Amino acid sequence: MAKQKIIELNGVYKEYDGTLAVENVNLYVRKGEFITFLGPSGCGKTTTLRMIAGFELPTAGQILLNGKDITHLPPHKRPVNTVFQRYALFPHLNVYENIAYGLKLKKLKVTYEDTLGNQIERIENYTKEEIDEKVKKALKMVDLEDFEKRSVTTLSGGQQQRIAIARAIVNEPEILLLDEPLGALDLKMRKDMQLELKEMHKKLGITFIYVTHDQEEALTMSDTVVVMKDGKIQQIGTPQDIYNEPINSFVADFIGESNIFSGTMVGEKKVRFINKVFDCVDDFEKNEKVDVVVRPEDVKIVKEEKGMVGGVISSCIFKGVHYQMTMMVGRSEVVIQSTKGYDVGEKVFIQIAPQDIHIMKKEFVSNVYDGYITKNNTVCFADGEFACDVTQLYEGSSLDEDGYLLLKSGEKIDLSGVDVKVEVGLKDIEIIDNDEDGNACGSIISIVYKGDHYQVIIRTDEDEEDFVCDTEYTWNEQDRVSVRIPKEKIRLTLKQEAKR
Amino acid sequence: MMKKLLSIGYVILVLAFIYIPIFLLIIYSFNEGKNIGVWEGFSFRWYERLDTVKDVVVNTVLLAVISATIATILGTLGAIGMFYSKGKFGKYVNVGSQIPVVNSEVVTGCALVMLLMLLGSSNRSIFGLYVGHIVLTAPFVVLSVIPKLKQMDSSLYEAALDLGDTPFQALWKVVIPQILPGVFTGFMLAITLSLDDYIITATLSPLGFDTISTAVYKSIALTTAQASKNVPVYRALTTIIFIITVVIVIVMNLKSNKKENSRK
Amino acid sequence: MKGAKIIKKEPFITDNKGGGLLKFKRSQLCIPYGLFLSVFVIFPLLLIIYYAFTSKTGTFSLSNFTAFFTEPTNISTLIISIFVSFIVTVICLLISYPVAYILSRLKNSNLAFVLLLLFILPTWLNFVLRAMAMKELLSFIGIPLGSTASIIGLVYDFMPFMIMPLYSTLIKMDKSFEEAASDLGASKVKVFTSVTLPLSKPGIISGVTMVFLPVMSCYVITDTFSGSTGFSLIGKLIAKCFLGENGAPIQINEGAAISLIMLVIMVVTMLLTGGFKNSENARGTNL
Repeated sequence: MAKQKIIELNGVYKEYDGTLAVENVNLYVRKGEFITFLGPSGCGKTTTLRMIAGFELPTAGQILLNGKDITHLPPHKRPVNTVFQRYALFPHLNVYENIAYGLKLKKLKVTYEDTLGNQIERIENYTKEEIDEKVKKALKMVDLEDFEKRSVTTLSGGQQQRIAIARAIVNEPEILLLDEPLGALDLKMRKDMQLELKEMHKKLGITFIYVTHDQEEALTMSDTVVVMKDGKIQQIGTPQDIYNEPINSFVADFIGESNIFSGTMVGEKKVRFINKVFDCVDDFEKNEKVDVVVRPEDVKIVKEEKGMVGGVISSCIFKGVHYQMTMMVGRSEVVIQSTKGYDVGEKVFIQIAPQDIHIMKKEFVSNVYDGYITKNNTVCFADGEFACDVTQLYEGSSLDEDGYLLLKSGEKIDLSGVDVKVEVGLKDIEIIDNDEDGNACGSIISIVYKGDHYQVIIRTDEDEEDFVCDTEYTWNEQDRVSVRIPKEKIRLTLKQEAKR
Repeated sequence: MMKKLLSIGYVILVLAFIYIPIFLLIIYSFNEGKNIGVWEGFSFRWYERLDTVKDVVVNTVLLAVISATIATILGTLGAIGMFYSKGKFGKYVNVGSQIPVVNSEVVTGCALVMLLMLLGSSNRSIFGLYVGHIVLTAPFVVLSVIPKLKQMDSSLYEAALDLGDTPFQALWKVVIPQILPGVFTGFMLAITLSLDDYIITATLSPLGFDTISTAVYKSIALTTAQASKNVPVYRALTTIIFIITVVIVIVMNLKSNKKENSRK
Repeated sequence: MKGAKIIKKEPFITDNKGGGLLKFKRSQLCIPYGLFLSVFVIFPLLLIIYYAFTSKTGTFSLSNFTAFFTEPTNISTLIISIFVSFIVTVICLLISYPVAYILSRLKNSNLAFVLLLLFILPTWLNFVLRAMAMKELLSFIGIPLGSTASIIGLVYDFMPFMIMPLYSTLIKMDKSFEEAASDLGASKVKVFTSVTLPLSKPGIISGVTMVFLPVMSCYVITDTFSGSTGFSLIGKLIAKCFLGENGAPIQINEGAAISLIMLVIMVVTMLLTGGFKNSENARGTNL
């Protein structure tokens, strides 16, 4: 039963002052669907929502509503209403006036039939009685029947939230946009409202587009989840898909708790990680480096004879329904959830079913940059100058005392200004806790734990180049660091021939 | 305890410094005689002669109300525009608006004289006078409105658009009511600044046109008998203005107290 | 539509693109004010610069400045202006700070509010009327007109402008800073000098900018309080050039040059006190 697409975004971009907030977003929303844009702050989810509402115009791309282009239609002409993050109730109007606000502006085409049987069309507003009835119905919908005359400033956060919802749905929009509507509520209230919103969605039958950074909220409420990061869509799918089959390590890390390991494919549907070969259901090329994701609840503690791997419990925390434990297998940590707790130091064995091992292509195998050789035979790339071995550019060459490269043929060439491709392995970058000491500096923008090491991304200040590095040490996001790369680890290839 | 007494004593002393001249003026405004220090008996004589300064009062009030109204309209629209502008023009208006605030009034006034002379009109005209007062007061309207715009939830305007308002309707029905207290404060500030002004008025007003400031200045700066004959009348005027001010302050505060109480 | 019956009602969305005036960007609202400022503020300011650097015949010349700086009475007026402004500012600060401090520390907020009102109330009385009141008091108690009388008059007129920003800074100050200092062992004097005073610096700065510069250009008080001593401030020089008092010719170029000197003094003072950052709340704190 493929329902009709109500909203379609085709190749939508949004740029603010030279930075892309939304990059090539393509998605569609089916009529009646509850769809959630999920992602960390700054991932572009709110910007996308605001473009659908009409508050922002896309820099490029197209937005279709029921197949019609509405990209440049102003917000007041779109059959879309928004529930704002901080409610945006008009403080100078009371509850009734707030809810009736949109209705009073609505125009209706009314067709009359007079006594002679002629049909006459007239454009009218809603009558006072109709507005009254609709407002009362909307208030009933949000369980705030007797609040009509109250001033909105006297309401609690939860009540304001309900009024904001009533104000939007009373206009019978085709799509209801909700911009982190529960963000300002406390935990208990939020849980209740989640269920109520879900209930309301069922009753109204209209399309809900919801924005949140709370993954649990997204999984609980939505029919479809769109995971976003850095302005790009990472994955679109049902909550089950997103949870069980995350497409990359970012999604896996962001949605729920997960173990992410670095692994290698060692045969057909066989993957090696934490020093052990496991059967799996995904097929990749042999010897390919992969990320392996295992949910903590999928790691089963079993008797020794059934166990695939053994390890020592290094921590155990009671979490109410279950215990969360960390087990050390060699140098790798495995997080386990189990209803039975084990003591720290106890040796246990685990089993992971093949279908619970999710394998995804490694995002970063090595760092590649564009650079150039300087006068001193060093290489400049990613906002830094690094010592390197330029003789690797020409086989059998050597440097003379004046800094010229002597080729095997005896020819002398000047390398300064030559463009090169620079490649650096993830493990070859050393992070230094100091702005000054390294060759290039920047801040840490992401850190993902991968079983026995962290994958850290450092973004440089000026050119915003990224260094992806694997490290054993833990760092914090936003840390100011610099990087150092050993001379012999910088691999160079020529992009152009040098002047002879 | 000692410290408390000391601080109360100090505050009273400073208040005395502020109010003794005013009270002296008020007391002697009821003096039959002309000079302060010589009590010649109680009389309303100077109050009866207030109509001689009627024109001056009318000039002052009209100038204040009209220029403040124009300044409020210009300043409020300017503040809204500046606040939502991301471009260079908004920044330019913002800087331009701060100049009269930090600049001294003499320079502001004389710069306008230069402009008027360049335009070939007389350097003293009603037009120039009103422009001068608007230049002086509009920036303060902007300064009172901007904080209200900052306080306002930025999604209110969008919510109004979302519910079907055109940009103009959203501005009129949602934004203006939200910033109205700031607009009112700005208007009041503009009125007080205009009433208080001497320098701009003295520099730009046409000959023979006097406001309270310039008229009083003439009668106290020049020592001729002709000039100072009105001084006792101005004592009576001061008394009346003082009483009006006190009444306005009390009424406004009672009102705001009432509002606060009803909120509780 | 009596007698007719409704057979259909459906939402109606207009397709027209919205009429002319109703379609605008909010940022466009500052255009009228921007034009007004361009004509009556920015352009006249450029005129000052132009006239200051030209002679009567319209050619480029520095003669206006050399004329000003070679005339000893002008130099002394300039120095006296800066000196008097400084003295008045310091006296205002010394009187006002304790007042603002005491008011901000009163536990009875109603009393504090009433007292505060009493301090601002005179500012709603006309400036010149206040000057008249003070002048009459001075003659009543027998203080002769002259420089002392002028300074008393200036302090009297400008003090409320110093109290307001000081009070608003002190009342907004988080009291836990002072509590933390005394908790850490600071004596009351030490708490004041090491915490309260430094934290009230923004108030002091905006108070100083609201007194120092206006005093320099305020010739009303000195004109009326100096009597026959001829004591006057730089603002008077500018006014003289433009108003052509007592039949003197209007000297635009000279006036523009002195105005420019005033502007330079203003910019220097603002830079020294960091007042540009505070100019927004300067006189705005009056209400």
